[in-house]
Amino acid sequence: MARLEVEDLHVRFDTDEGQTLAVNGVSFSVEPGEVLALVGESGCGKSMTAMATMGLLPPAASRSGSIRLEGREISGLSGREMRRILGREISMIFQEPMTSLNPVFTVGYQIGEVLRRHEGLSRKKARLRAIELLDLVRIPAADRRVDEYPHQMSGGMRQRVMIAMAVACNPKVLLADEPTTALDVTIQAQILDIVRDLQHQLDTSVVMITHDLGVVADIADRVVVMYAGHVVETGAVDELFASTQHPYTLGLLGSVPRPDLVLADVQGRLAEIPGMVPTLHEPPTECVFAPRCPRVSDDCRTEMPRLAETAPGQWAACVHPGVARAHPTEVVLP
Amino acid sequence: MSEPVLEISGLRKYFDVDRSRGGGKVYAVDGVDLSIGPGEMVGLVGESGSGKSTVGKCVVRLLEPTAGSIKIHGRDVTHLRQRSLRHLRRQVHMVFQDPHSSLNPRMQVGAVVAEPLRMHRIARGKDLTRRVDEMLERVGLGPEMRSRYPHELSGGQRQRVGLARSLVLEPSLLIADEPVSALDVSVQASIINLLLDLQRDMGFSCLFIAHDLAAVEFLCNRVAVMYLGRIVEESSREELFKHPRHPYSQSLLSAIPLPDPPVQRERKRVVLTGDIPSPVNPPSGCHFHTRCPVAELPLCRDRDPELIAHHGQGHRTACHLVHADGTAPDITKGAGPLVHHET
Repeated sequence: MARLEVEDLHVRFDTDEGQTLAVNGVSFSVEPGEVLALVGESGCGKSMTAMATMGLLPPAASRSGSIRLEGREISGLSGREMRRILGREISMIFQEPMTSLNPVFTVGYQIGEVLRRHEGLSRKKARLRAIELLDLVRIPAADRRVDEYPHQMSGGMRQRVMIAMAVACNPKVLLADEPTTALDVTIQAQILDIVRDLQHQLDTSVVMITHDLGVVADIADRVVVMYAGHVVETGAVDELFASTQHPYTLGLLGSVPRPDLVLADVQGRLAEIPGMVPTLHEPPTECVFAPRCPRVSDDCRTEMPRLAETAPGQWAACVHPGVARAHPTEVVLP
Repeated sequence: MSEPVLEISGLRKYFDVDRSRGGGKVYAVDGVDLSIGPGEMVGLVGESGSGKSTVGKCVVRLLEPTAGSIKIHGRDVTHLRQRSLRHLRRQVHMVFQDPHSSLNPRMQVGAVVAEPLRMHRIARGKDLTRRVDEMLERVGLGPEMRSRYPHELSGGQRQRVGLARSLVLEPSLLIADEPVSALDVSVQASIINLLLDLQRDMGFSCLFIAHDLAAVEFLCNRVAVMYLGRIVEESSREELFKHPRHPYSQSLLSAIPLPDPPVQRERKRVVLTGDIPSPVNPPSGCHFHTRCPVAELPLCRDRDPELIAHHGQGHRTACHLVHADGTAPDITKGAGPLVHHET
């Protein structure tokens, strides 16, 4: 059984300009010990998908669809019931560790809070366990750091505290929303290693939300590519990168400069995706990517294509799927 | 070689720390030498806190250097006063990281781009409008954009306006401080392409400050790597990306995840431990010795390495362990691909 199954998830917002459709029929599942990457640019609905899964949407939003945690439906649970699950069975790491930690409590107190609440540990025991957890996320001198406040720590440290807090109760599913975006590359590498280690040690399923295709290649087993609230392509990471089917995914891959490619004498240009990510106010009557797509034709304009299997385990929502090289200077190192 | 457009030597910039916070100094830039030739694009890379932005701000004289000198076309601008700075402001312009906060929200795009021309009394009336339109067209914006306000624009469009404003005076040097890092990937690509095109057309020199090595590799001819206020390695793009010599450059390059899953899994990587130390109290000797996987104590702790040329032209490294013939320590020795440790 899949750890987490999300099926036909929709998130709508009521705004002054009418309804905004943030997430439109997103489905995915995560197996035990698997890392699934949700990829897309800002505004594609990837964070909203995570928030909706956690039941943390703002009041102006409405949600429909099914969310099952180990087969158990959790989308209909009350706030009270949900609080019993959050942090214990499913937890989340947020992008900005400074705004998600409380500045007036020590990090030890905040990590311990999860344990006191869910596991009924005493204050003293929770503090000791917090030290162990800080050690687990490789914070040096954990027994001293446990009594520090968030402002006394660097960004990378704070993100590690967030991770310690999220894994304190050994959750089954960990949602990580751009956990390394605000960090430097050497710190990013540390954080990704920690997440990978935890996932192996504790057999956690991880949903990694990111826009960085390098991070995806580094850590993910499977990938879901999102665009304008829709899943446009999904598959195992190797196949998805090696035989990309959807023109949007190709565009994304082509727009990243590659430091590992042999430098050609003639510098090419990066692939651009002209135009902007649309904001949907009503269900699309054509492919959402059609206005920006290089392969667009008349049959793209009749309806939003559904996900169809292009190869075993790989799915794309495109009328004209197919492999094409996006990178003009692509010469791969031997 | 022709006269460099920018010549920085021995640049230092210290900031005072408030006495209530313990006093002392932040050694933001601690002895930087760098020069940029005509039409050259030089990348200045490093992590946050390395001092790379401070170098940029000193060059445009948003900050006054503590010591050292900055020459633009051979003219010393290190300590110019207000009135004489005007001349500098025509030749050197800056593009900022955040296009949201670097444009005046109450000015229309046309006025933003026209302002440098008006301030320097270069154009007015119809001529002014024509030049603004031309510049907007060059950065890929139509003349209808002239009457828009910044809040009506997307991030990419705003950064185009920022570029138009910086280049409308046809400066000889552009300081680009992380111009794409606040943008989405596909938008980043279009701004990087645009910068490349503009540079080819207009021929300005550029100091491209970034933490994104991939963008630097794509754009720049030469790259300097900074760590805690000092340049640790400087060389041509090809040399730096193929044969990084300084252990810090090596680890920085190995930390960037490549968007190619099989390659990324098999790569030898070295993950540095710990954070970049505080520039208030930088480590003695080689600043990098506290995180360096191959540091040799006490040598690296006690003696400052100098940035010296090794192995061919223009490749400079500040490391005790890099030999005169260019052989460098391999920090990946013993390190394997990190993904395969699920034993």
